[in-house]
Amino acid sequence: MDPLRLSLDVPLREFALRVELAVGREVVALVGPSGAGKTTLLRAIAGLQPARGRISVDGDSWLDSAQGLELPAEERSVGLVFQDYALFPHLSVRKNVEFGRKGHAGLLDRFRLTALADAKPRELSGGERQRVALARALAPDPAVLLLDEPLAALDAHTRGEVRTELQRLLRDAHRPTLVVTHDFEDAATLATRVGVLVEGRLRQLGSPAELVASPSDPFVASLTGANVLPTGELIRSTDLAEGDAVAIVYPWEVTLSRSLPDDSAQNHIAGVVESLVPVGNRVRARVGPLTAEVTADSAERLDLRVGGRAVASFKATATKLLSQGP
Amino acid sequence: MKHAFTAAAVVAAAFALAFLVLPVLALFLRVPPGDLVHALGTSAARDALVVSIKTSAIAHAAVLLVGTPAAYVIGRGRFRGRTLLLSLIELPLVLPPAVAGIALLVTFGRLGLLGGALDAVGVRLSFTQAAVILAVAFVESPLYLRGAIASFESVDGALLDAARTLRARPFRVFARVALPLAAGGLGAASALALARGFGEFGATLLFAGSLQGVTQTLPLAVYAQFEVNLDTALAIGAVFVCFGIVVLLALKLIPGWTRSVSLWTFRSASSPSA
Repeated sequence: MDPLRLSLDVPLREFALRVELAVGREVVALVGPSGAGKTTLLRAIAGLQPARGRISVDGDSWLDSAQGLELPAEERSVGLVFQDYALFPHLSVRKNVEFGRKGHAGLLDRFRLTALADAKPRELSGGERQRVALARALAPDPAVLLLDEPLAALDAHTRGEVRTELQRLLRDAHRPTLVVTHDFEDAATLATRVGVLVEGRLRQLGSPAELVASPSDPFVASLTGANVLPTGELIRSTDLAEGDAVAIVYPWEVTLSRSLPDDSAQNHIAGVVESLVPVGNRVRARVGPLTAEVTADSAERLDLRVGGRAVASFKATATKLLSQGP
Repeated sequence: MKHAFTAAAVVAAAFALAFLVLPVLALFLRVPPGDLVHALGTSAARDALVVSIKTSAIAHAAVLLVGTPAAYVIGRGRFRGRTLLLSLIELPLVLPPAVAGIALLVTFGRLGLLGGALDAVGVRLSFTQAAVILAVAFVESPLYLRGAIASFESVDGALLDAARTLRARPFRVFARVALPLAAGGLGAASALALARGFGEFGATLLFAGSLQGVTQTLPLAVYAQFEVNLDTALAIGAVFVCFGIVVLLALKLIPGWTRSVSLWTFRSASSPSA
């Protein structure tokens, strides 16, 4: 039996959040656009937001509307890492970490905070603040760990490093963990399973690889970074779909050339290069309706320039078809 | 034209400053400083000082003790009629003190609303020192409440939520997080309220009378001594000026206080205040 089981119904302004979820000793990420109800879900689990339904953790009931049971936040065993971390500004790092439970010296050590123990939160970098927030949340040894956009408050250049460290810390925490993020890459790095939350409903739940390999709908596909193309124009695909469909092709399946190539790719779209963004040793290029990811070498060889023309090509076998939702 | 206007504006500023400062200076210039200190030694001044300090201290302690948790509940709470409640709290601020005095008289006086009940348990308030304390608390508490409510409102709710998820019970959330974070604003509100209460005149006069050594506070002594011994009245006036300077300097110089004062004195700039 999974340690955390929940079935929640929270009325929001525009729609109702309705989610059923079971989480083992694993990290599950919830991705979705802002306003999808991700933060509300975390707050409902923590007991900071009134909700209907059931939440049970290791067999203990935290919420059972049918029985009239709703434990207040302070009686739930939950660690919550807030967006922007919500560190107590008037307390030192040590006092922050010890707020929930005193005398846990090993924790400061494990989170590399010993040298910062007497510093105030305002003196810390974004990555350090995040470690304090996580250490503080874990100090009382909570049964469930929740993180709300843990990477959103960070600068782009520290983000990658902090993400890798967070991944390790979350695996080590070894307890049901829910991470909310709007970024699929963050979700895929941190979590073993990813749930896509849109307008209060879980559209799809699976491993990052499953979501990329078989997205359940065009929204999930675009969230994972795929190009979603209408099939009004002729697009060749070896896939099958019923009714109105869209074509899905990932950026790394798209190649670029100066003129119409004579190769096995069966789909070609000529267009103006709208943007070129270097990503590590690769370049993400926007050509017409398509995003292509090519090596920096080939971008240079092709002499790609914003405003110039290029032809984007992709194979029929790399093109998936998805039925449009109802 | 531009220069002419600038010059006119500077003259206006100088005029305004002189208009405000000159009368205060005159308090000190009329009588030599030595005589002022000497005049404070009269029994009327000494008695008034004792009555003022005692009643102000008790009233202020009561206002802080009751007002702080009350402001926390009102500042953090979301409930129907909150705006109405805030207006009711501020109402005494816009009343003339004499009206406040009459209001207290018809509430706690012998023939007042609660007078019968108080009489039955053997409590007589009007024209006692307890009446002074009530009057001072009545006029200063809206000022404290308003500032304290604004201070608690400005505490980031996520911090209070964070404390709850760390298993803090309501009192600990209040004492360890809300109170220290609102402390700057509470200090400023407390200083302003204390100054207002210390100078209270009208409500005290109507509700408590002006009996030397019992209900005659420093402001009442100024009025009483005005015709008897002007030096004493001036000396007490000088005490108020010094006290006022200390309060204002504290508001400007104590870091946490400065920020909080600007936070809510602007909001209230349009309402007549003490």
